[in-house]
Amino acid sequence: MQRIEEKLKILADAAKYDVSCSSSGSTRKNRDGIGDASASGICHTYTEDGRCVSLLKILLTNHCIYDCAFCVSRKSNDVKRAAFTVEEVVDLTMNFYRRNYIEGLFLSSGIFKNADFTMERMLRIVKKLRQEERYNGYIHLKTIPGASEEMVKEAGLYVDRMSINLELPTEAGLKLVAPEKDHESVRKPLAFVNEQMKSFKEEKKLIKHTPIFVPAGQSTQMVIGATPENDFEIMQVANDFYKNYNLKRVYYSGYIPINNGNSLLPQIGSAPPLVRENRLYQTDWLLRFYGFQLDEILNPQHIHLDLDIDPKLSWALRNPHFFPVDVNAADFNAIIRIPGIGRQSALKIIQARKFGRLHAYQLQKIGIAYNRAKYFLRCADSPFMLGHPSMEYVRIAILNAGNQKSRQQVSAGQLTLF
Amino acid sequence: MYYLFDGTYLGFLCCVFESFERKEATVVPITSEDHQIDLFKDRRTIVTDNAKALRVQKGVQERIGNAEAMDFYRAFLSEDRKAWQASFFILHQIFTGRTAIRQHYGNDHVLYFSQILKKVSRERHRMKAFIRFSKSSDGLFFALVEPDFNVLPLISDFFRKRYADMPWLIYDMKRKYGLLFDTRQVGEVQLSPEEVQDTTMPSVAIAMDERDELFQRLWKQYYTSTNIEARKNMKLHLQHVPRRYWKYLVEKK
Ligand code: SF4
Repeated sequence: MQRIEEKLKILADAAKYDVSCSSSGSTRKNRDGIGDASASGICHTYTEDGRCVSLLKILLTNHCIYDCAFCVSRKSNDVKRAAFTVEEVVDLTMNFYRRNYIEGLFLSSGIFKNADFTMERMLRIVKKLRQEERYNGYIHLKTIPGASEEMVKEAGLYVDRMSINLELPTEAGLKLVAPEKDHESVRKPLAFVNEQMKSFKEEKKLIKHTPIFVPAGQSTQMVIGATPENDFEIMQVANDFYKNYNLKRVYYSGYIPINNGNSLLPQIGSAPPLVRENRLYQTDWLLRFYGFQLDEILNPQHIHLDLDIDPKLSWALRNPHFFPVDVNAADFNAIIRIPGIGRQSALKIIQARKFGRLHAYQLQKIGIAYNRAKYFLRCADSPFMLGHPSMEYVRIAILNAGNQKSRQQVSAGQLTLF
Repeated sequence: MYYLFDGTYLGFLCCVFESFERKEATVVPITSEDHQIDLFKDRRTIVTDNAKALRVQKGVQERIGNAEAMDFYRAFLSEDRKAWQASFFILHQIFTGRTAIRQHYGNDHVLYFSQILKKVSRERHRMKAFIRFSKSSDGLFFALVEPDFNVLPLISDFFRKRYADMPWLIYDMKRKYGLLFDTRQVGEVQLSPEEVQDTTMPSVAIAMDERDELFQRLWKQYYTSTNIEARKNMKLHLQHVPRRYWKYLVEKK
């Protein structure tokens, strides 16, 4: 019998490559038991790599019948194996939760025997938490590709978020390193859960007591830099998944080499592509919250994101005709396109200018990155200028000003954007 | 003119009331905790009168709505003298008809007020995140904290709703009071110095739940295992978990 410490060590270690730790988006309330969901999520601590720790993220087991080359838990890898019992996972979750260590549980698993056998155990855990422990905290369940629809549907009644990982951005990439897998087995359950979510919502309009189903929605993850896809291909896939399956999030995880067994993969010692990962998240953000279309940022002529500068600045430099934007007159959607101005500052600008035209010192106080933004905006005291400076000059000036902090800010998920 | 009040929010609102009564627009609210208080020569002592305070509170609510009126309470809890003064300025503007003043980010007081609200809100959020309960043998979950601002009143509801089936105590070591939940309601408590000693050295005094140490160990284990060495970024780490909070964080102790 392995001690619980050792199991936790093995099964937390094996689960950590799933970068998602989000606990947001659910509205579950505490109905005479313990726990509730916090709509915006809570990070209870941060690891030394600067990532948010919100959930107890573990595998049920790292035994696996598959042999995906990019995965630590693959069959042929020589690692210690462990498996939690249903009771152990419930006990850990409850005791961590009551001590306010976590927002909830993120449970995934290697595939033990077969998909349904594994899924059945995971289902038992979430049911026990909800029914016996009267636990209303957050649960993220990574479903097992190939598990029966009945089980997936039942699990949806207990969990807050579901995910299935694409693993590699394209089918071709996946075939290179995991020939037994395909994207279809990811698309199918995502589509199925999405349909269920819609019909539960419809029903809720008619019948008030309809139970909630996956209230925090679905997400997926792609490993970046293991296989040769370019940024344009990656973001096309992400865009497609956001649109077709209504995903809440797509995660991009810079590949961390874990063995030298497969010559197609980056070898141990090569640094994970953290800057690139950051650029992909920024692009993702621009598409979802800044009103950008994918082809404005990436297109067949422009298939790589610039690593030196963020994608918004990069877009701005390629589109000088859009600037300067007059912050005292332009609408919100134009102001958020100015490099160095985020959504919050743009809102403040719109409100503050009702009291009089804004000057540079006021913009600085409001908190925009003025040294970057100044090339792209006009305010009350901007000097009159004929034409605009060459964008090549602007690029160099910004890079030299050392304002480009983003190079060091290479976290995943929680970044300082623009 | 300096207004010396008792340090409570009601007292603060009474300062606002008095300044209108006396038509003294430039007022600096201070409490007995401000240093070198005797240097402030022209000072007036304001006596807290609940009825007056409530009139001010009502007046603000009527003009800008309940939600925004709460912001003045939040800013007050910052204990920041500059924020108090900004509140004073804004309240004066509101009572003289300029109810949209809060959007005037070009104004220093308004900007400062919005910044302090952000800070208070961040501290409140941090307390929701960084509080760590230990379980004693009689089943009480207790936590010690030293928040930058006096945010306990702002997290009370959150903890009451979430941990509704267990008794808990959250104690502010800096301000020497705590919230105690008995599974029915939350009340304010003060501990004697000996009791505080007991909670800081639980091994000596408070009998701990026999499995409490196990879960603390498991949590530390988890924290170590979930870290990815190849991505190490201490700068970012410290930005999220500043050192001053480590003292009470099981995983950082
Ligand atoms: S099926 Fe999942 S756990 Fe198993 S080897 Fe592949 S990625 Fe790893």
